[in-house]
Amino acid sequence: MAGKVKWVTDIEKSVLINNFEKRGWIQVTDSDDWNFYWMSIQTIRNVFSVDTGYRLSDDQMVNHFPNHYELTRKDLMIKNIKRYRKELEKEASPLAEKDENGKHLYLDFVPVTFMLPADYNLFVEEFRKSPSSTWIMKPCGKAQGKGIFLINKLSQIKKWSRDSQVENTNSEILVGLNNDNSQLFGIIDSPLHLLICTKGLCFVRYKLGFCRFCTVKYTPSTSELDNMFVHLTNVAIQKHGDDYNHVHGGKWTVSNLRLYLESTRGRDVTNHLFDQIHWIIVQSLKAVAPVMNNDKHCFECYGYDIIIDDKLKPWLIEVNASPSLTSSTANDRILKYNLINDTLNIVTPNGEIPDCRWNRSLPKEALGHYQVLYDEEQALSESAERDLRSRSGQLLGSKGSRSSSVRPFPATWK
Amino acid sequence: MMDESVSITQIVQRLKGTNLHSQLEKQAKECLHKPEIKLETLKDDVRRLLKASGMTWLSDEKKSIKKIETTDSLSCRILKSLNSMCTELGIPLARKRPVAEQKELTNKWNEMGTDEPGNADTHSLFFHSDILKVLVGLKNPNNERSEDLTVRSHWGLIQVSLNVRDILQMVSLPFFISLPSIFLIHYITVFFRMHLHIQNNTLVSEQDSAAAQQYSRQGCPTGLRAQLWSLILNTTNDPEDITHYEQLKARVIHHDLLVDNLIYKDVKLTASNDDYYFVFEDYLYQVLLCFSRDTAVLEHFNYNCATPPKSCIQSKSGSEQCAVVYPPNGVIPFHGFSMYVAPLCFLYNEPSKLYSVFREMYIRYFFRLHSISSHPSGIVSLCLQFERLLQTHLPQLFYHLREIGAQPLRIAFKWIVRAFSGYLSTDQLLLLWDRILGYDSLEIVAVLATAVFVFRAENLMEVTSLASAEAVLADLSTLKVMPLLQIFLFATSV
Repeated sequence: MAGKVKWVTDIEKSVLINNFEKRGWIQVTDSDDWNFYWMSIQTIRNVFSVDTGYRLSDDQMVNHFPNHYELTRKDLMIKNIKRYRKELEKEASPLAEKDENGKHLYLDFVPVTFMLPADYNLFVEEFRKSPSSTWIMKPCGKAQGKGIFLINKLSQIKKWSRDSQVENTNSEILVGLNNDNSQLFGIIDSPLHLLICTKGLCFVRYKLGFCRFCTVKYTPSTSELDNMFVHLTNVAIQKHGDDYNHVHGGKWTVSNLRLYLESTRGRDVTNHLFDQIHWIIVQSLKAVAPVMNNDKHCFECYGYDIIIDDKLKPWLIEVNASPSLTSSTANDRILKYNLINDTLNIVTPNGEIPDCRWNRSLPKEALGHYQVLYDEEQALSESAERDLRSRSGQLLGSKGSRSSSVRPFPATWK
Repeated sequence: MMDESVSITQIVQRLKGTNLHSQLEKQAKECLHKPEIKLETLKDDVRRLLKASGMTWLSDEKKSIKKIETTDSLSCRILKSLNSMCTELGIPLARKRPVAEQKELTNKWNEMGTDEPGNADTHSLFFHSDILKVLVGLKNPNNERSEDLTVRSHWGLIQVSLNVRDILQMVSLPFFISLPSIFLIHYITVFFRMHLHIQNNTLVSEQDSAAAQQYSRQGCPTGLRAQLWSLILNTTNDPEDITHYEQLKARVIHHDLLVDNLIYKDVKLTASNDDYYFVFEDYLYQVLLCFSRDTAVLEHFNYNCATPPKSCIQSKSGSEQCAVVYPPNGVIPFHGFSMYVAPLCFLYNEPSKLYSVFREMYIRYFFRLHSISSHPSGIVSLCLQFERLLQTHLPQLFYHLREIGAQPLRIAFKWIVRAFSGYLSTDQLLLLWDRILGYDSLEIVAVLATAVFVFRAENLMEVTSLASAEAVLADLSTLKVMPLLQIFLFATSV
C-alpha cells in the first residue's frame, strides 16, 4: 500500500466519517492534496464548473459525476427518457412497443408531469378530463423534500402553493394514482450506485432499503386533506407529526414489504413488481448514460424514489443525487453505515489510493449488499447468446418466473 | 334415539380425515397387537391402553386439574383490578354509545389508530410477569411427600410435576421425525420447493385439511401459507363468516366496553412500536375489538380449565343484579395480547378473514399460553418442559444462571407466553407457527426457547447478573429457527 488515502468531505455525517476512519484514512482539507472527496451537490458544481478549471489527477476520486443532474432534475430526466424512447423506436427495438392507446408497454414508468405555475393551464385541462383521479404534488428544487402531497381538488393546489414557504414556488404535479382511492403502499427508497468502469457502464443496486408510509392514513375526505400530515413524505416532515415514532420512524424495510406482498398477493405478482422496479432503474440509467460524462474519477450513488400504486405498478417519482445521510432510527443508521461501507469497498478496493488510469472491474466478492443490475462489459462480451448462465452474477430474484414471462425483455437487460 | 345416532354419524364423518382420527386409529391398531387384549372386553381394553399410551380424555384431564391449586384466582384478581379501575376512572364496564359517536366510529373504522383512542388513564391490567408469579406459586397439594425426588431435584421455578416429553421422546416419535436432517436441508430445500409447488396447487384446490397440516410440518412457502393455514384451521370466508364479522363490528359501534381501553393501550404500547407490525395498527383494533364481543369464543371454556370471569351488571332499577360474563368473550386481554394477532396481518389483508383465522388460532392454541392447566401444550407444561430440557442438557449453564439469580425461565417466559411473537423476525416466526399448526402442539415453543439458550450458552456462562443475561438474550431478531432447532434436537440427541 503506497500510503493512506487522504479524504475530504463537506458533509459532516457520522456514517461517512466513521467509515473513513475505520479504514485508517487521513482527513485533510480541500486545499490539501486529497485522494477522495465526498462532496455535496453545491461543491461539485464548483469543482467541475468551467470557470475554476479544476482538473482531477489520476489519484483523485469524487462521489458525483459532473452532470449527475441529468437524472436528478425532473425536467432533464424526462427529456432524457423521452429521447431514449424515441431512439428505441427508431431502432424498432421491441422495448419501444406501444399498446393500442399509444402508451408504451415497457417504458411507461414516469407519471405524467406538469410543472407549476408554468403548465397550470395544461394541468387544469388534464385534471378536468378525469376529475375523480388523484394527483401527487411535490415542490421541486429542494433536495430533501418538503413533502409530497395528495390532492383531488383544484382548490387544494392554491392552498398548498400558498403555504409552501420556499422562494421557489415551483411545484410539480404528477398523475400517479388510479381513480379508485385505495391504500398506497408507499415509496421504496433504494439507494443505487452507478459506477463507470473504463469499459462501460455498470449499475449495482443495494439490496436493502426502506419504504415509507405516512403516519396518518390517506383518505379522500377533505377534512383529512386539510391535515398537513396527510402526505407521503420524507422523514423530515414526519418528524414533527404527533404520531412520529422514534423506534421505526414510520419506515418499513423492503424485505418486510416483500414478505407481506408475497403472503397476501402471491409470489409471482411480487416478483413481477420487483422485477419492474429493477427494470425502471436500469432503463432510466441507460437513458442518461449517453449524456453522462464518462469521467473515470467519478462514481455516483443515486437514491431512487418509487411509488407503488394499489395495482402494484411502480412509478418513478424522482432520483436523488445525494440521498439523505441523516439517520432517524437505529436501523436507519445501520443501513446507511453499511451502504457507505459497501460503496467504498467497491470504488476503492482494498482501501487503496485510487488510480484512475487502470481499468477497474467490479470486485464481485466485495459487493456486500450490492447486487449487479447491469454490467456493460459482461453484456458486450456475451451479447451473442441469451444464456441464463451469463447472468450468474446478477441475482435478481426468481428467474424461473421470468423465463416463463411473455415479455420479450426479460431474458436480457442488454 | 334416531337424532342422536344421526348426529353421531355426522360427527364421525367429520372426524374422518382429521388428524385426531388418524392418530386414534393408529394407536388403537397398535393396542390390538398387545397380548392383554381380550375379545370379550375389547372396547374397555383398548380404551384403557389408549389412556396408558398417553392419549388423555378431556374428562380425565379436567379431573386431574383439580388436584392442582386452581388458578381462577388469577382471573379473579384481574377482574377485581378491572372493577377498581372502573370505579377509579369513573368509566362503566360497558355503555351504549350515543348516536353521534356511533356514526363517527363507523366513519373512522379503518383508521382508528390516527387519534389517540381510549382513555389515557387506563393502564394494562396484567403482564406476563403476573402470570409467571402465579405459575411459580403453583404447588400440587397431593405431592406433599418429601420423598418426591422429581420436584426436589428440579432447579427451575415450576414446582409441579407433569409429564413432559424430553428430547429422545420427541425425536423418536413421529412428532419430529419429519424434520429433515440438517445436512440435507440446505441442498434439497430449493429443489423440493419447486417440485412441491405443483403439488401445493393441488393441495389447496382439493381442500384437504389433513394433508395441509402434514405439509405445514415442513414449513409453508410464503405465497401459499395463508391458504394452507386457513385450510388447517378450517376457516372459510363464506358469507356467513363475513356476516358474523359484520355483526361483531356492529356491536363494537353500539357499545363501548372498558376493556376496549385495554386493547387500545396494548396496541399503542406493543405493536405500534414494533418495526414489523406498526403498519397494521388499524387492523389490530378492528380484530381485537370484535374479538372481545364474540360470545362464540366462550365455547373454548368447554375444554379450558379456567372459567370465564363474571361481572355483576346492575339493572336499571338497581334492585337486581345478575352475573354476566365480562367481557362477552370471556377473555381479558393482557399486555402484549395484540402480538398474537400481529403476525397474522402479514398473511391476511381482509379483516373478516384475518378475524376468523385469529379466532381459530386463539381457541386452539393461544388460550393455553395464559390459562393454567396440565395440558401438554399449556403454559405450565411448556415452562416445565423448557426447564427440564435445559437442566438435562446443559446442567452447568442452568446451575450457573441459577446461582447468579438469573433463573432461565424468568428470561424465557416472555418468549413462551407470546409464542415468540415480537421477538423473532416475522419470516422466522411464521416458520415456527407453521410447525405449531403442523404438529398441533405448542411444545415446539418450549424446545425453541431451550435451543436459544443452548445457542448462546458460551456467552451466558460468562455473565454475572440477571441484567447481563437478559442483555445476551435481548435480541433474537437474527436467529434462524429451523437450523437452531435441528442443531439442538439432532446434535444433542446423538
